[in-house]
Amino acid sequence: MKKQEKKEKKNINRKILLLIILAYFIYVFYSCIFNISSGIKIGSSLLSFLSYMIKILPCAFIIIGLFEVWVPRKKVEKYLGYQGGFQGYFWAIVLAGTMAGGLMIALPVSSALYHKGARLSVIFTFLGAAAVVRIPMTLFEASFLGAEFTAIRWVVSLPLIIISSLFLEKYLVKQQFQIK
Amino acid sequence: MWFLYVTGILLLISFFIDRSKTKKALVLAYQRFIFIFPSFLFMLILVSIILFLFPQERIMGYLNYRSNMVQVILAALIGSITAVPGFIAFPLAGILRNSGISYTTIAAFTTTLMMVGTITFPVEATYLGKKVALIRNLISFLIAIIVALLVGIYFGEIFI
Repeated sequence: MKKQEKKEKKNINRKILLLIILAYFIYVFYSCIFNISSGIKIGSSLLSFLSYMIKILPCAFIIIGLFEVWVPRKKVEKYLGYQGGFQGYFWAIVLAGTMAGGLMIALPVSSALYHKGARLSVIFTFLGAAAVVRIPMTLFEASFLGAEFTAIRWVVSLPLIIISSLFLEKYLVKQQFQIK
Repeated sequence: MWFLYVTGILLLISFFIDRSKTKKALVLAYQRFIFIFPSFLFMLILVSIILFLFPQERIMGYLNYRSNMVQVILAALIGSITAVPGFIAFPLAGILRNSGISYTTIAAFTTTLMMVGTITFPVEATYLGKKVALIRNLISFLIAIIVALLVGIYFGEIFI
């Protein structure tokens, strides 16, 4: 009974989402015809983001698919699971630093890692680090704001990310939390 | 572009070793992509609207506030809700720095920009659920504030 209610609610949410998306496109389309500058600006920035993401996303998902098929569960558990100990956090940060695309790629990757047996705190470290240590972004930052600025940011945020991930894991394991 | 080549090479290697596994990988990739696409499109729509509402000049205007405390808080809030890509944000941060805005304010802006994702929230909630996505972003916000304060202390802008 409760499950059905939840499903119905989900359906309504989906419909609202669809309506918003539809309204948005109608507005942009209307703006293009009648030359309304706000709609044209919004539409063209959507197009530029979409074209950038369409180049990266399919590749990322293919690599994730290959990962799921080829990398054995035992390997992930050994390095990123409970058996891995502290090195799990190290690998999570290295992976996050060398990855392209930010959170939008990090989220599906973390879902794949989770289903292969990575522990939650390693995954939350990975998600946090993906926002903080990405190498291309960091180089950019250091060139505009100085290497000292970047160094402080890393030194302060990484330990805090690991600690908060551990607490989050402790809390969520009790709640029987699962990543989709 | 290198991303495309790496994917292509990996796919080819996989294909030569085991065709059926490769096919399975592609099916999985397709399913995962379809699963997230609606939230993803919704996020991009939000980004395009927010970028229109907060153009570069307006962000700079807000950050020119006189009181330091208000400036840092505003910077953190703006960084949290906007989604300026890095290649725009860091040059902007450089300009802000040259126009005399404190490192603390800039750190509050760039770290929340990177760590707190109000706009990526629909995508994050699809994977983690609303509650956990919210907790994670709140923690990120806190960490970003701590980073900004310590940056301020390091550069001698905040005295304890």
